[in-house]
Amino acid sequence: MTTEQLHDVRLHVNGSVHEVQVPARRLLSDALRHDCGLTGTHVGCEHGVCGACTILVDGAPVRSCLMLAVSAVDSEITTVEGLTEDDGTPQGRLSPVQQAFSDCHGLQCGFCTPGFLTTITAGLRDNPDPSEEEAREMIAGNLCRCTGYQNIVKSVLRAAEIQGEIQGEIQGEIERERG
Amino acid sequence: MTTKLFGTKVPRVEDQRFLRGQGRYVDDLLHDDPRLLHAAVLRSPHAHARIVDIDVADVLDVDGVLAVWTYDDLTGPMAEPLPLLIPHPALTHGRTQYALAKDEVNYVGEAIAFVVAVDRYVAEDAVARIRVDYEQLKPVVGIAAARAAQRTVHDDVPDNVGARLEQENGDARAAIAAAPHALVLDLDIERSACTPMEGRGTVARWDPDTSRLTVWSSTQTSTGVRGCVAAKLGLDLAKVDVITPDVGGGFGVKVVHPWPEELLVPLAAMTLGRPVKFTEDRREHFISSAHERAQQHHVEVGFDDEGRLLGLDVEFWHDHGAYTPYGLIVPIITSTQLLGPYKPQNYRVVFSSLYTNTVIVTPYRGAGRPQGCFVMERTMDAIAAYLGKDRTEVRSANFIQPDEFPYEHGLVFQDGRELTYDSGDYPASLAKLKELVGWDEFEDFRAEMAAQGRKVGIGLACYVEGTGVGPYEGAHVHIETSGKVKVATGLTTQGQGHQTAFAQIVADTLGVRFEDVEITTGDTRKMPYAVGTFASRAAVMSGSAIHLASLRAKEKALRIAAEALEASEDDLEIVDGVVSVKGTDAKIDLGTVAVLSNPLRYAFDEASKAATQFSVGDPGKPPVDEDDEPGLEGKDFYSPPRSTFASGMHAVIVETDPDTAEITILKYAVVHDCGHLINPMIVEGQIHGGVAQGVGGALYERMAYDESGQLLNASFMDFLMPYVTEVPTSIEIDHLETPSPLNPLGIKGAGEAGVIPSAAVFAAAIEDAEGFPITAMPISPSELYALRLEHADNSFAG
Amino acid sequence: MKPAPFAYLRPATLEEALAALAGEQGAKVLAGGQSLVPLLSMRLAAPSMLIDINALPDLGHVTTSHEGDATGVRVGALARHAHVLASDEAAEVQPLVRMALSHVAHPTIRNRGTTVGSLVHADAAAEMPMVLRLLEGSVDVASVRGRRTIPAAELFAGPLESTLAHDEIAVEAFFPALAPGAGVAFEEIARRHGDYALVGVAAHVETDGDTVTRARLGYLSVSDVPVVVDVTAALDDPASAALAELEPVDDIHATADYRAHLVRVLTPRVLAAATDHARSRAGEAIPS
Repeated sequence: MTTEQLHDVRLHVNGSVHEVQVPARRLLSDALRHDCGLTGTHVGCEHGVCGACTILVDGAPVRSCLMLAVSAVDSEITTVEGLTEDDGTPQGRLSPVQQAFSDCHGLQCGFCTPGFLTTITAGLRDNPDPSEEEAREMIAGNLCRCTGYQNIVKSVLRAAEIQGEIQGEIQGEIERERG
Repeated sequence: MTTKLFGTKVPRVEDQRFLRGQGRYVDDLLHDDPRLLHAAVLRSPHAHARIVDIDVADVLDVDGVLAVWTYDDLTGPMAEPLPLLIPHPALTHGRTQYALAKDEVNYVGEAIAFVVAVDRYVAEDAVARIRVDYEQLKPVVGIAAARAAQRTVHDDVPDNVGARLEQENGDARAAIAAAPHALVLDLDIERSACTPMEGRGTVARWDPDTSRLTVWSSTQTSTGVRGCVAAKLGLDLAKVDVITPDVGGGFGVKVVHPWPEELLVPLAAMTLGRPVKFTEDRREHFISSAHERAQQHHVEVGFDDEGRLLGLDVEFWHDHGAYTPYGLIVPIITSTQLLGPYKPQNYRVVFSSLYTNTVIVTPYRGAGRPQGCFVMERTMDAIAAYLGKDRTEVRSANFIQPDEFPYEHGLVFQDGRELTYDSGDYPASLAKLKELVGWDEFEDFRAEMAAQGRKVGIGLACYVEGTGVGPYEGAHVHIETSGKVKVATGLTTQGQGHQTAFAQIVADTLGVRFEDVEITTGDTRKMPYAVGTFASRAAVMSGSAIHLASLRAKEKALRIAAEALEASEDDLEIVDGVVSVKGTDAKIDLGTVAVLSNPLRYAFDEASKAATQFSVGDPGKPPVDEDDEPGLEGKDFYSPPRSTFASGMHAVIVETDPDTAEITILKYAVVHDCGHLINPMIVEGQIHGGVAQGVGGALYERMAYDESGQLLNASFMDFLMPYVTEVPTSIEIDHLETPSPLNPLGIKGAGEAGVIPSAAVFAAAIEDAEGFPITAMPISPSELYALRLEHADNSFAG
Repeated sequence: MKPAPFAYLRPATLEEALAALAGEQGAKVLAGGQSLVPLLSMRLAAPSMLIDINALPDLGHVTTSHEGDATGVRVGALARHAHVLASDEAAEVQPLVRMALSHVAHPTIRNRGTTVGSLVHADAAAEMPMVLRLLEGSVDVASVRGRRTIPAAELFAGPLESTLAHDEIAVEAFFPALAPGAGVAFEEIARRHGDYALVGVAAHVETDGDTVTRARLGYLSVSDVPVVVDVTAALDDPASAALAELEPVDDIHATADYRAHLVRVLTPRVLAAATDHARSRAGEAIPS
């Protein structure tokens, strides 16, 4: 068998550019994990059902196991590693969604968690104040075998609350400045 | 101990790394090592066949392939069958597979060849080029075929019977014959599986410089894997380290060891001199790990007018798949835990454990208990229906009473010890459950719904779960000179929050700050003596061991501090890592105590200066006393006489659609008693997860084998694990805390509880809604529809 | 579960894509990939080349027209399900498109999967092929030989098989507008939320005053191709008329009997909903 052709691919992930050389068949999930070293994105089924590998492609949740790395060149990608917010520390601060999962025990083994975090991050951007039913709908395409989803639903609602509080604080500051 | 953490909802420390994408699961390891190689496995496409020839000639042509192994390449212990982990005298015909099939394959998915290549893609290309010549044999699929035994799985196992075990307390058959009432039930449960989100995986690295093998495996027992790897590869145990990194769920399947790949990966790493990784994919997980649950039961029961059990005689047939690496654990648990919270006067149980040409059967969360619970609770419901009594009344009439503990059943449990319940309060649990679900108000609700043309039903199910089985776990507690406390216990963790719950115990017992405690699990370098995480045992076993080891460290800290503070040990207390003389200003940091505990020749920092030979000690005495050791450490083991017995009761209200036969959960209630709770948040999380898994097992999941032994639904597309849309929108939970007298913390296990009564409770509720018996689970709308037709045909009422 | 090797091309123009496709017998077109990539990973498909059309210009559109013969919704080959679903204009011109799309898999899949891709994947268990057939829509395909329009009735050849020639790329789908006085409805029953349906039914009803002048039903998952049945002459028992045309089969999720039963349950329900829809629309002004 002849050597497989490699493609030079520039992936834009979490605000950084990763130049990788991959064969055409390299799944985006594998490229992120093994070529970019971003192992936070997990692979649970490789047929698009479980949602563990969900990332944001141009802001929208997408299964990274159902995309080829070569096909992702023109996209801005966000993985779980890119969700933390800059607070001047090397680690960064947990985003409202991440913080909510910690507050509400929204994770156990942590394997499916990155897919939930990315999905909910986008979901709350589109719907910042979901009802409980909308929260459930938001996560309806992701499988979790540990939590029974109860605390994930709570985490969605809690994340919305945290976001609301932050929004309120920012609003308050603006108003104070206007004084 | 000022602020007690035991019993409080402490947020989990492990969440930080998981939420940031910084967990380290097996497939994450060594990803930046350019020398890392990847493995793929050729698996049998046939359920039963003889291997005539394997041709690997085309494989090594594939660019990027380094090696391929078949059975013929294996030597020494690797060429012997895999170990039968839990032998039992009744397992007269135990069989295990080879790491790579020798001349016969007995299930679709059995490993035949092992390829190592530069990446998984290329390894799969190579696997596709291996040519195997099979002579196909007729397979045995399902319990009915195994019992009929028109053909056998193994030539040398007559009638497919691997084991037959009978236990009896009293004379059940005579009691039934003499009883005023008797019933006969035939009940079925189908196969399901753990399906953790992360499959199996193993990475191994051989270090030629130190002649050491390091194996990382996604396992529930690192010490078990270590023992097997050393034995199979002919290495001294001291040369093998096994580390369990973060594990993406286990639920039982990962307690099986060694998987063929757990041996072949280290073998390849040693042979090739490069690290090797195997990451199981989803299809492989379905066809080459393990399943559980499938059993058929025949029940005969005799009872009095109150529904009291006078005699219970159960015979069942357990499908254990193609091999028996895990012995008879599952059917033994079914046969003993079937009794639940009840006390039949006379009980006989006999089971046959049968071979089929399907994936092996090993414990899945609940491990035989869901089937036992299903059988006993269906029996209770049948008795209630027969006598026209409320289902809770019949149960109450049979409960072991709070003053009857310890209660001896006169049977032998899965650990080879007497089945003796330690404690419990079943009447109190039932009272709580009735309140929680609204049992007494249900008939009003039913009428209200009926008026709208809607059909609802309610069911309940009770269980008792032997948790915290031996033989032992250990812990090592080390207080560093910084005051930080490093704790190691050998069992593994796969999402239960052990790093948090165990740190709570240490913080309380030692009197240190929670943030200063760091727990390591599943690393044989840190704690080589351990058993594993299964049977709801981690909190009981390692929790107790950690408590005992912390006490030892504390004892030593107090002794040294008393000397330094010139006070009596009795007058000292430790709060937030500071030892002080109660009621005075005299105090000393635990870190300083650690410094004093270890007389030094060399100073390496400010703290250690204080411990050098010219600074401490009586020059007239040896620096370390004859009966003492340097360092501020504590090590201890916990080995209980027998299991603790947690218990619980679930109730559910379902609605069944009169047109489509779809089943909707309206309310789910749980009363749970696992003794004292270390972290109620974590315990509730375990219950939530168990209930969801139970919903899956009762209403959605099954292993759909066809007659030829092909698994038709080996994907998440067709194996219907519940999404959030399939689980109850809320789970009402109430706790009862009946402490166990068997361990210092009064705790019992909680991990499996949520899943045990599911099949039973859903069958009961659907039966209640529909008015005809439900005798087989799981049940789909299609099956419920078929039952409706059958019962419409059979009844005059229509 | 990793794909077998294939060559890869990401053309910048449709012409380039068509030339490449014509030149490589084993080539396949990659758009959203939500059905194709799992098949590749399971090695159930092993094309020699993938022609990735995601960089082609001018194919991401969802447009509507209200006038002339061609009133309806036009969906470009790169329009994602989510984009089509979000289009209020599309939902207004042909409400069935949104009704059905909301049942297509989960939102994350809809973010990447394309409606046109789903049509030419020709899965009898998928929603959109059946909807296209029911609405008597069409697909425009292009090849080096030129362009043609394939009416929905001629698009589906068999299970997972469309009538596109190997060298053709579907560039646009056309869903005709819902006429005034017409109504539609959709309902499906799946094991889990978001799964392929055990049975799905859509109805298209035309009315004149209180009279139903035409009633047609579309079925998914009860035959190996999407099936449309005209029940105008069988309004008293439309389900029986439909079942005469359907061939429900057993699978691991449901028996053929149960599927037939669901056809009986859903058919009158969906037909009634579409009739109500038609009547409610008859009263409304035609959108400008």
